[in-house]
Amino acid sequence: MSRIDAQPVDETHEARLIPPAAPARPKRSVLRPGDLFSLGLHGLKARPMRAILASLGIAIGIAAMISVVGISTSSQALVKEKLAALGTNLLTVTAGTDLFGAAAPLPEGALASIRRIPGVEHAGSTATLEGIGVYRSVEIEASRTGGLSVAAADPGLLAATGARLLDGAWLNEATARFPTVVLGHTAAERLGLQQAGALVWLGGHEFSVIGILDRSLLAPELDTSALIGAPIAAELFGFDGSPTTIYERSDEALVDEVRALLPGTVNPAAPNEVKVSRPSDVLAAKNTVDQAFTGLLVGVGSIALLVGGIGVANTMVISVLERRREIGLRRSLGATRRHIRLQFLFEAVLLSALGGLAGTVLGWVITAIAAGANGWSLAVPPLVLIAGVLVTIAVGAIAGVLPAVRAARTSPTAALSG
Amino acid sequence: MSRPVVELRGVTRSFGAPPTVALAGVDLTVDEGELLAIVGPSGSGKSTMLNIIGSLDRASSGTVRIAGHDIGGMSDAELSALRAYTIGFVFQQFHLAEGVTALDNVAAGLLYTGLPARRRRERAQRALEQVGLGERVGHRPHQLSGGERQRVAIARAVVGEPQLLLADEPTGSLDTRSGTDVLEILRGLHSAGTTVLVITHDNDVAAQMPRRVHVRDGRIVSDERSAPAGAAA
Repeated sequence: MSRIDAQPVDETHEARLIPPAAPARPKRSVLRPGDLFSLGLHGLKARPMRAILASLGIAIGIAAMISVVGISTSSQALVKEKLAALGTNLLTVTAGTDLFGAAAPLPEGALASIRRIPGVEHAGSTATLEGIGVYRSVEIEASRTGGLSVAAADPGLLAATGARLLDGAWLNEATARFPTVVLGHTAAERLGLQQAGALVWLGGHEFSVIGILDRSLLAPELDTSALIGAPIAAELFGFDGSPTTIYERSDEALVDEVRALLPGTVNPAAPNEVKVSRPSDVLAAKNTVDQAFTGLLVGVGSIALLVGGIGVANTMVISVLERRREIGLRRSLGATRRHIRLQFLFEAVLLSALGGLAGTVLGWVITAIAAGANGWSLAVPPLVLIAGVLVTIAVGAIAGVLPAVRAARTSPTAALSG
Repeated sequence: MSRPVVELRGVTRSFGAPPTVALAGVDLTVDEGELLAIVGPSGSGKSTMLNIIGSLDRASSGTVRIAGHDIGGMSDAELSALRAYTIGFVFQQFHLAEGVTALDNVAAGLLYTGLPARRRRERAQRALEQVGLGERVGHRPHQLSGGERQRVAIARAVVGEPQLLLADEPTGSLDTRSGTDVLEILRGLHSAGTTVLVITHDNDVAAQMPRRVHVRDGRIVSDERSAPAGAAA
C-alpha cells in the first residue's frame, strides 16, 4: 500500500533531496564490459597457482583431442597423398569359385578381352605356378620356400600395377623366353639379394635375376613373388596360359563402368565366378579402421575435458565460498546479483579458455612432433584449433553456472558479518 | 526543518523458525546532514539495523525509507542502484583488495556506476586527498597502517558522494590515535554536508557524536541529542 501511495511523494523528495549537480534519476548500477573483463582477470591473478592447476585438466583434455585429431589427419594426409600418386583406378580380377565351391580359373584369353574394353589403359596378369619354389641356391631344402611364390607374369604387369623397379630391368618379350626372373621387394630381401645379376634356384633350374621391384602398395602380393616370363613358364613348367590375377588400369572417370563390364568380359559363360576388387578401397578401409581408433581416443579426450570442467566448477565453488566478503563488499558498492553472477561466470570461462588455449598449443606441438618423427606433413585442420578453444569456452560457461548462481545468492550482508 | 534521509517506522526483523527477534519495532528518523551514533552491546540488534538501513537486508515488517524511497518493494537492481549512488559503507575490517593500489581501491567505489576507468581514478584521487592520503595513492594496503587503510576505505565510501555514509565500527580495529583520526575525518565529511551514521559498541566513540541512539534487545532505549559543540568534548 505504502509503495503506490508513496510514489508521488518519492518524486518530490527526489527533486528536493538530490543536489543540483547530481544527474537525474533513474540511475542504475552499471558494469562496463571492460571492467567485467578486468574483474575476471583479477580473480585469476589473485591465485595464479590455483588457476593454473584448475585449467590444467582442461588443457590436458583439449591437448589430447587436438593431438589425436591432428595425428590422425596428418597420417591420413599421407595416405591420401600416396593414393593420389598411385591412383585409384586400378582394378584386380581374380579367379573366384564356381557354384560348387571348386576353383574356377580365369580363361586363357581373359587378358586380351579386358584390353578391348573401352577406357582400359593398361592390363597385366600374373599366374601363380603352384608347387614351384624359388631358393637362393640348389643347397636349400625344398620345404624352406620362405613364403615366396613363383608366378608367370605378363609384360604389361608393370604398367598396370604401377610397380617400380629398384634395380635392373623388367621382363620383355625377349627375356620372357629365357630363365630370367624379376623379384618382388620382400622376395629379394628373403633371398638376400640387393642387386640384379645373381642366380637363383627356381623350380629346379637356374634363373638369372634381372630386376628387383620396389614395394607395391596396391598389389602387395607382388612383394613376395618371383616373376618369370610366360613362355619360359610354359616351356619348363607346363604353364597353360590361364592367369590367376589380372591387373587393369583404366580412365579414372570410367572405373565404375569398366568394373561392371569386367566379369562378363572375362568369363561370359559364368560372370559370377569372377572376383573384381579395387585395391585402393582396401587402403581406404584400413584408414577407416584408424578412424574408429581415433574416435575412441577423442572419446577419452572428451572425458578428460569433462573432468577438467568439473575441476573448474569445483575450484570456482571453493572460490565463491572464500570470497563471500568480497561479494558482500561488491554488493555494498552497488553490484547487482547479475553483476556478481557475470563476474564469476566470466572468471570460469576465462579459466577454462586459458586451459583451452594452452591445450590447443600443446596439442599442436605434439602433432608437429609426431608428424616430424614419422615424416608426415603437418595437417591440423584450423577448424579443429578454433573448435578446441570454443569448446573450452562452452565448458567454462557450463562449469561456471553453478558457482555463479551461488555467488549471486550470497547475502549482501556478508561483508559486515565478521 | 531538514528532510529525512532515513525513516524507519515499526521495523521488525526476525530470523529462522521459531523466530529469533533481532529488531522488535524500531522507529527512527535521521535528517539530512546529521551525525549520529547507534550504540549498543553486541547482540543488541544494531548490526541488523545497519543492514536494513543500508538496504543489504529487508525488514520483516514495517516501513523503511532511504532518501525518500520506500525500499520495501524495490527489486534487487533498484536496491543495488541505491547502494551504488546514495549509500556509502565503511567496514570494521576495511575490506580493501590486497595487491591493489589505494587509488584503484577507492576507484572501485565507482565501479558499478559505469563511469569510465579514467574518470573513476580522477575522482578517487580527489577523495584520497579529502581524507589526507593524497601522497599515498600508489601504496598497496600492506604498505599502509591500519588508520590509513580505514581512511582509504572511507575515501572509497565517499568517492561517489553518497547522501548517506554508514560506518560499522569504523574504529573497532584501530588503536586510539588512528581511531581519533578516523572519527575526525567522519566529522569533516559531516561538516561538508554528508549524513554520517556510525554504528558502535564503544560509548567513548558515541560520546563524540551530537546524537546517540542507544539500542538494546532490538529496541531503541534512548535517543539523546547534545549541542553540536558536544563533538568537541
